[in-house]
Amino acid sequence: MEIFLVNLIAATLRVSTPIVLAAIGETYSERAGILNLGIEGIMFFGAFAGFFAADQSGSLWVGLLVAIFTGVLAGLLMGLLTVTLGVNQHVSGLGITLLLTGLALFGFRLVYGGRSTPPSIPSFKALEVMPDNPILGPILSQYWLTYVTFLVIVPLAWWILYKTNLGLKIRSVGENPEAVDAAGVSVPAVRYAVLAIGGGLMAAGGAFLSLAQLGAFTHGIISGRGWVAIAIVIFGNWHPVRVMLGGLIFGGTFALQLRLQAMGLQLPIPYETFLALPYIVTIIALVIAGRNASYPAALLKPYRRE
Amino acid sequence: MEANRLKFQLVKTNTPPWWMRSLIPVLVLLITFLITSGLILISQVNPFQAYYYFLVSPLSSQVSFLEVLVKATPLMLAGVAISFAFSAGYYNIGAEGQLYAGAIAAAWLGIVLVGVPSIIAIPLMLIGGFLAGMLWALLPALLKVRLAVDEVVTTLLLNSVMAYIVSALLNGPWRDPHSGWPQSPEIADSTIFFKLIPRSRLHLGFLIALIAVFVLWFVLTRTSFGLKMRAVGLGKPAAQFAGIHVGRTTLIAALISGGIAGIAGVSEVAGIQYHLIGDLSAHYGYTGVIIATLGGLNAIGVMVASLFFGLIDTGAQTVSRALGVPVYLGEVTQAVMLLVALGMYLLQRYRIVRRA
Repeated sequence: MEIFLVNLIAATLRVSTPIVLAAIGETYSERAGILNLGIEGIMFFGAFAGFFAADQSGSLWVGLLVAIFTGVLAGLLMGLLTVTLGVNQHVSGLGITLLLTGLALFGFRLVYGGRSTPPSIPSFKALEVMPDNPILGPILSQYWLTYVTFLVIVPLAWWILYKTNLGLKIRSVGENPEAVDAAGVSVPAVRYAVLAIGGGLMAAGGAFLSLAQLGAFTHGIISGRGWVAIAIVIFGNWHPVRVMLGGLIFGGTFALQLRLQAMGLQLPIPYETFLALPYIVTIIALVIAGRNASYPAALLKPYRRE
Repeated sequence: MEANRLKFQLVKTNTPPWWMRSLIPVLVLLITFLITSGLILISQVNPFQAYYYFLVSPLSSQVSFLEVLVKATPLMLAGVAISFAFSAGYYNIGAEGQLYAGAIAAAWLGIVLVGVPSIIAIPLMLIGGFLAGMLWALLPALLKVRLAVDEVVTTLLLNSVMAYIVSALLNGPWRDPHSGWPQSPEIADSTIFFKLIPRSRLHLGFLIALIAVFVLWFVLTRTSFGLKMRAVGLGKPAAQFAGIHVGRTTLIAALISGGIAGIAGVSEVAGIQYHLIGDLSAHYGYTGVIIATLGGLNAIGVMVASLFFGLIDTGAQTVSRALGVPVYLGEVTQAVMLLVALGMYLLQRYRIVRRA
């Protein structure tokens, strides 16, 4: 039982990492009023670009940087569509997801062909912190990107959004762009910036899967994790720390489900129930919050000076 | 502020010049193919040769031309489904899940209706699929109308929930007992859609898709409900002020949308696969959003866009077989076309004016 719990906690942190990274990225952009449905495609392309660059260069770090760079570019493309051109955000976001999914599949097939055994690379190694401790050892044996996510990215997002002038600008752009504009802050600049940061984080989340967790790229590598991230941003009420908690809850149910399946337990309910749970909980959360959900007021609204 | 430094500025126009409106689709195609040529060049293939296989060769034989229509069928139904919702300003992103809801109903009815003659069984499947899609669309629509919960997120998330329901069915009660494959039992012969042309894959679903296009055109342009839908889509407060029941109109539009998406699922099960599988839809529900947008939420536009996308899907397979360009060129082309069209759309509403 003890080993079960220890392994479960360790797996929870590992599984949550890409979701939390992407969800924090989404939090930045939604806070400034842009719902980025490109998230699923940006993660997918990040996973591919990271894998491809790492494989070609022989360096996982180059892979990660290239992935983040593609995410930033995708964020800027989303900005071009929704900020500069003022196009409908859902359609733009879905378009970017379809584009990047197609591009990643195209690139993968072009470079690696239709091999039956997918190519793999030596992935990032987990850090060994307190390897001799029977409980903390396995729990703390995590990839460095997991440490960075929980100890740097999340606190930093909280600090930036709530304690800095930049964060105030971001939140104001998402609430009341007219007022921010009147105060002399460029609404487009803020929105482009958060989309770029957000895109980079989403792609890093995708690259975590291909460079750390799997050491490979597969067609199902993201399989809806971007949509989960969208759900937990709302579940977490657009607050980085609560979003992280949402990510951990999702990671926990996912890890539990995997473990129960691996143990071959015959459950009275299908294991998919666990997987569907985060989505259902989010919808319930939306219903409970109802009209009071603290949606950024300007979410989905293009801003154009009259 | 920074815009003032530019020499040009965009000025809103209400009526774009006629030549602009007819030029835009041409420009969209040209720019799209210019961009995707890059991918073809990376594949070390001559773009002109590739575009011949991509766009011309599928139309040159009867077999592949019919295949274009087969591929266009679910896209047309999904595009019509999305257009119904979007016209009323209800952003249904959930057609994918609603399609699978219809597919589950079809797979189930196809098993239960053994021995029932086609003339009764097939209409029952269509009604069942419509109701199932509608049912899956009901919750987000009610939440939107009653509690003002944003439909984009709820419909999107329900797609994932539906994917797990399908997976649970196929790995549980419907798993093939002999092969162990995750696919539902084959539907009864009498529930299989008949072929429109013998010895081809073109089935009844295509005819139903054309009827759906007609219904969209008829409702939007010839009925008072269509007028109400469009009024709600253009602006809820104004529609309310004009005495239109905004909530009810939105709800009905959302349910029709879900129902038609459900029919797309029935058509794929009864016309192509003959059982429910996890990969039944190549994200038709999402492509439907592209098609509805490219078609301008207009019946003829949706029909043309889905036929063209059917051509792209077929052509991508041809070009992949003939020249080894990865088949995903099709998906990329469709997405690029959407993004280019969205950009071009702006040109339609604005004029570029030189600053004095």
